[in-house]
Amino acid sequence: MEKARPLWANPLQFVFACISYSVGLGNVWRFPYLCQMYGGGSFLVPYVIMLIVEGMPLLYLELAVGQRMRQGSIGAWRTISPYLGGVGLASVVVSFFLSMYYNIINAWAFWYLFHSFQDPLPWSVCPLNGNRTGYDEECEKASSTQYFWYRKTLNIAPAIQDGGGVQWGQALCLVLAWLVVYLCTLRGTESTGKVVYFTALLPYCVLIIYLVRGLTLHGATNGLAYMFTPKLDQLANPKAWINAATQIFFSLGLGFGSLIAFASYNQPSTNCQKHAIIVSLINSATSIFASVVTFSIYGFKATFNYESCLNKVILLLTNSFDLEDGFLTASNLEQVKGYLASAFPGKYSEVLPQMKNCSLESELATAVQGTGLSFIVYTEAIKNMAASQLWSVLYFFMLLMLGIGSMLGNTAAILTPLTDSKVISSHLPKEAISGEEGTWFPNQPSLCFTPPPMCSILFESDLKAMTGRTLNWYWKVMWAGVSPLLIISLFVFYLSDYILTGTLQYQAWDASQGQLVTKDYPLYTLAIIGLLVASSTMCIPLVALGTFIARRLQGRGAPPVA
Amino acid sequence: MLCLLFFLVTAIHAELCHPDAENAFKVRLSIRSALGDKAYAWDTNEEYLFKAMVAFSMRKVPNRETTEISHVLVCNVTQRVSFWFVVTDPSKNHTLPAVEVQSAIRMSRNRINSAFFLNDQTLEFLKIPSTLAPPTDPSVPIWIIIFGVIFCIVIVAVMLLILSGIRQRRRMSKGPTEVDDTEEKCENTITIENGIPCDPLDTKGGRINDAFLTEDERLTPL
Repeated sequence: MEKARPLWANPLQFVFACISYSVGLGNVWRFPYLCQMYGGGSFLVPYVIMLIVEGMPLLYLELAVGQRMRQGSIGAWRTISPYLGGVGLASVVVSFFLSMYYNIINAWAFWYLFHSFQDPLPWSVCPLNGNRTGYDEECEKASSTQYFWYRKTLNIAPAIQDGGGVQWGQALCLVLAWLVVYLCTLRGTESTGKVVYFTALLPYCVLIIYLVRGLTLHGATNGLAYMFTPKLDQLANPKAWINAATQIFFSLGLGFGSLIAFASYNQPSTNCQKHAIIVSLINSATSIFASVVTFSIYGFKATFNYESCLNKVILLLTNSFDLEDGFLTASNLEQVKGYLASAFPGKYSEVLPQMKNCSLESELATAVQGTGLSFIVYTEAIKNMAASQLWSVLYFFMLLMLGIGSMLGNTAAILTPLTDSKVISSHLPKEAISGEEGTWFPNQPSLCFTPPPMCSILFESDLKAMTGRTLNWYWKVMWAGVSPLLIISLFVFYLSDYILTGTLQYQAWDASQGQLVTKDYPLYTLAIIGLLVASSTMCIPLVALGTFIARRLQGRGAPPVA
Repeated sequence: MLCLLFFLVTAIHAELCHPDAENAFKVRLSIRSALGDKAYAWDTNEEYLFKAMVAFSMRKVPNRETTEISHVLVCNVTQRVSFWFVVTDPSKNHTLPAVEVQSAIRMSRNRINSAFFLNDQTLEFLKIPSTLAPPTDPSVPIWIIIFGVIFCIVIVAVMLLILSGIRQRRRMSKGPTEVDDTEEKCENTITIENGIPCDPLDTKGGRINDAFLTEDERLTPL
């Protein structure tokens, strides 16, 4: 008797699993950046359009494929057409690479979480130098949060060629991260189904708490005003549209096989159309919600820095001209500067080079994304809040929930096809490769999509049998034409962009200057990048070719049966 | 005579204590920034206290136990509040070397600060670097303790799940042998299979199935 396929205990578990997979770190640290770069409130226009045109159709398709085929990505694509088995294999390979580096982010979140239980927070003060008369030089040039990230956490090497030693703290955290993922996926849907209640809901609790805290911070309105003021001219910028499309694609996690895997554990009669719409709407709403929180924190940080800058200028002028302490304030600063310039021109011109031009705009305009946002900008804002340990613990716990939720999807994408194809025990050891830090992983969009034109005609009857309702004309139009066109044009755009710009570059940390510098990738790393890309994309043609050859041989071997 | 002496003293004073004099230090206070509403005004009494604190610090240095308040000279007080000071030797002709004064002030820095309710940033001695307090370093870093706790919990949870999985599978493999025993007992006890008790199926003599019409009722009456 064939072993029954494990199922989700109820449809809610499935929805939560999809939400906890889709709502990940990208919603928190990429969307606010894009919003800021491409015109604030007006970025929502391309974003929503792409959601309707690309996000929902492709999500529905993936869920439907998984639910209908009731297999992981390899089996599902092979069932659609034997020549397309390579697509499934390619998505497993990509998910494998993704899991490798994604869990390192979870390790960092653990590291920061464990370090949040100290008073004062370790990233709020610079360590002292040798003779205890001042602070460490690298820390002075940069800031204490940057120092903690680049030196204490990563212990970053000056360039990709320079090897460092093993960072034992990071290695331990990485082992723990993998153990946690193992614990959650140990029993398949039984354990994952329970974990996703937490990984889906807890981040929202923390976001709401942060929303209330963020909006009550001094200067939060500056950030919100800056973000939501629409700059309509950005609508004409093609990059805005391209980034909106890419963001929708990666935010929902399409094409990696995780959604197929999750849907394959569904009851065949589940209404995946409704679920697809719910998940995509929740995902986008979370992005917008997270950017409100992020921008109120941004506004607070920018205002804080602006006021510190002003205070430094005030102190400088007070000391140089021996003015009465407390006489100079932010309001009369410009006036007094003018007076001093006219009354003591010589001395003023001496002091002038040291005076920084403080501008709230320039503080707000420092757009950051990715690890820089979470581990540098946010920590800087948190250290200035009252009860900073509590906020820090909450924040990194939320990051962990988001990260683990996405990891569950990634591992499901790998494990589901594997468990489908062979009979393995439920104990699947997953070893982590820990060692030197991998911040060098290039930020390229994965070139493994769901490429082929959707066989909507073939699929329609299956869907009708499954969900019991006919396919809306909207889905048909999207699947047959618009979505594949969009995906292909994105693919072409990125390919041409890489070809045109020549060498790829990365950001390295320069300890002597205390800031990031751009460097070119050396040749051997370019080869590795090429290998990574090739190993996934080559699966598709190779498997197709292999199937073709196998069929031809089979056809010649066996005589046709009457 | 007294007037002459007075002029002489002030002349020497001016000679020894002036901005950028040899062995002189500039002091800067930011009272309003530190204390806000509770700020006190800087007057000659506060100056006297300052001189007393400097004399006190000097007296702690070996060979300088006889330093008096009158040996400390203060000049050029500005609105900021900032001023210069020097410490003279008992003869009041030379100033004490800067190095001595510096080390004396560094040692008693905390006492001087607390006398004025200020700290190292608001009571600055230019050219005298303050010793920064090192951050407290516990013997075992706190993060390792928390890491250890979480790690142990996760390991225990994994072990529990694995063990219960093994136990479940062992129970399943014992399962088929138990089913055979029950089939033998079916004749003696009433066992339920698919919701139908076994018993009626063994009844001898048969049963009339009422779903089938009898011969008489097959044809409807005219």
